[in-house]
Amino acid sequence: MSNKTIQAIFDDDDMLLKAVKGLKDAKYNIEEVFTPFPVHGLEKAAGLKNTRIAITSFIYGVIGFSFAVWMMNYMMVVDWPQNIGGKPSFSFHENMPAFVPIMFELTVFFAAHLMVITFYMRSKLWPFKKAENPDVRTTDDHFLVEVSTEENVEKLEEFLKNSGAKEIKLKA
Amino acid sequence: MSHYEAPIREPLIYGDKKYHDISVDVAAPVEGKANKKWWIAFTIALIAFLYGIGAITYTIGTGIGVWGLNNRVNWAWDITNFVWWVGIGHAGTLISAVLLLFRQKWRMGINRSAEAMTIFAVFQAGIFPIIHMGRVWNAFYVLPIPNALGSLWVNFNSPLLWDVFAISTYLSVSLVFWYTGLLPDFAMLRDRAVRPFQKKIYGLLSFGWSGRLKDWQRFEEVSLVLAGLATPLVLSVHTIVSMDFATSVIPGWHSTIFPPYFVAGAIFSGFAMVQTLLLIMRKVSNLESYITRVHIENMNKVILLTGGIVSVAYITEFFVGWYSGSSYEDYTYLSVGAATGPYWWAFWALITCNFIFPQTLWFKKLRTNYVWSFIISIIINIGMWFERFDIIVIDLSRGHLPSSWTMFSPTFVDVAIFIGTIGFFFVLFLLYARTFPVIAQAELKSILKSSGDNYKKLRGENYE
Repeated sequence: MSNKTIQAIFDDDDMLLKAVKGLKDAKYNIEEVFTPFPVHGLEKAAGLKNTRIAITSFIYGVIGFSFAVWMMNYMMVVDWPQNIGGKPSFSFHENMPAFVPIMFELTVFFAAHLMVITFYMRSKLWPFKKAENPDVRTTDDHFLVEVSTEENVEKLEEFLKNSGAKEIKLKA
Repeated sequence: MSHYEAPIREPLIYGDKKYHDISVDVAAPVEGKANKKWWIAFTIALIAFLYGIGAITYTIGTGIGVWGLNNRVNWAWDITNFVWWVGIGHAGTLISAVLLLFRQKWRMGINRSAEAMTIFAVFQAGIFPIIHMGRVWNAFYVLPIPNALGSLWVNFNSPLLWDVFAISTYLSVSLVFWYTGLLPDFAMLRDRAVRPFQKKIYGLLSFGWSGRLKDWQRFEEVSLVLAGLATPLVLSVHTIVSMDFATSVIPGWHSTIFPPYFVAGAIFSGFAMVQTLLLIMRKVSNLESYITRVHIENMNKVILLTGGIVSVAYITEFFVGWYSGSSYEDYTYLSVGAATGPYWWAFWALITCNFIFPQTLWFKKLRTNYVWSFIISIIINIGMWFERFDIIVIDLSRGHLPSSWTMFSPTFVDVAIFIGTIGFFFVLFLLYARTFPVIAQAELKSILKSSGDNYKKLRGENYE
């Protein structure tokens, strides 16, 4: 018997949350949930792991900071040291206080932009990307759950209906 | 589930709204046709913008000698306008980032427009230092890139260069923050669109946003981290702008309180500009249910606080200038000399607009009054322009040698460029108001059940 996927549409976030909790308890396999806005507590109910995107941001920030240190040291101290306003650039530690603002700016620059690029890549968001929500109403006021099952489809449909699903259909 | 919010908190969304109503209301200005008033406003803004372009072209073609600058006052309207616009830009990030960190739900009705305003204001700000270079085609010299001069690198000891990095980081991060928040709202417009052209454009702009659970999880995390990054960033930007002055040795500029005082001033002026725009927008775009008296009052409270910080800074500068007994301190922009000297009108414009008038906001009747809020916001915009004018022009007009004392008078080109940037700003904002989802509808839907008037009433009736 092959896997069948059921799409159930809800029109209320509380009903959806309850249904997802029920499905999880009944050990159904929730494939995907499409919602028009972030529903509080839904990712926990659906058993999603925490995202690691904040960690990547930290790493990018460290890279940005190191890049700033390297760049300013190379340009001001190594490559062409100059005596500007009676304040010569002979060593990194003497010049360092003047570098602090740009160290900070580049840390933020790298952390922010590379994190957002990572987010777009991981979530497959870019220009000309086709939207994949199965029902256009899921960006407005409807919520769609995709559940797959190997067993009795009718039983699942019954279950969803009892949890308050407004429409139920088999995914083509 | 737990949508409970204390009944004493005033609702943030009025009217009997359901999720779908929010979509309809946000999409209405985009899907409808522009009315006559919009076209009139747009035409005026466009003419001002073109006038400014003409003046900029004249400046670049002839040289910055066409401005009113002289040997002593070598920064004037240009840098005044630059600091004014950058300062205005600060409110958007403050609303979207700082208020997100503080979990202030009222930000959701106004953050989109405030951020748009930020980006458009920073565009205007960027124009001034670049044209002030005179030879704009050499503007890339401010970038640390290998060049044919040896390579002669930029000077990382200079606060002016810090500014280049600060402003460009600020602009680009704000832009990305804004755009990421826009994706779900563009997706909403895409899925509603009837006309194929609109569907195509919003499909393109929405980057194929589908609203998957994992996407939302990442979206929220990214917003939170960006807010955490943008908060110190926004403080750093105006700190660095203030260092353009504070690290010099000009009396009146060489002041250690400049960074916090500039940041407070920036938020002060930025909120005033948000207030100006939103008070008009809520009427014109029929957003009275979403931008309510609570929003206006909260912004007025922030204005009152930051205005208070700025006023304390004025008093401190004034007192220390007088108490030092230094003759040089007697003609800085906050001194008896300035109050009674040839620039007395600029001094008193600053005190009246930024110190006296905002005190009226202590009264609840006045700070919840739309008309008065609008008037006050305009007054503060003017006052904050004068603050920068005073800092730059009054301080520069009195050198260490009385023989170099001079006055500054702007030429028509100075005025035209300033008017041009105001025109450009409104051109961008008016276009934005007709083509973008002006309210972060996805976020707003997530607080509808906790802060919507109808839901609050329903809870009140059921749990009495």
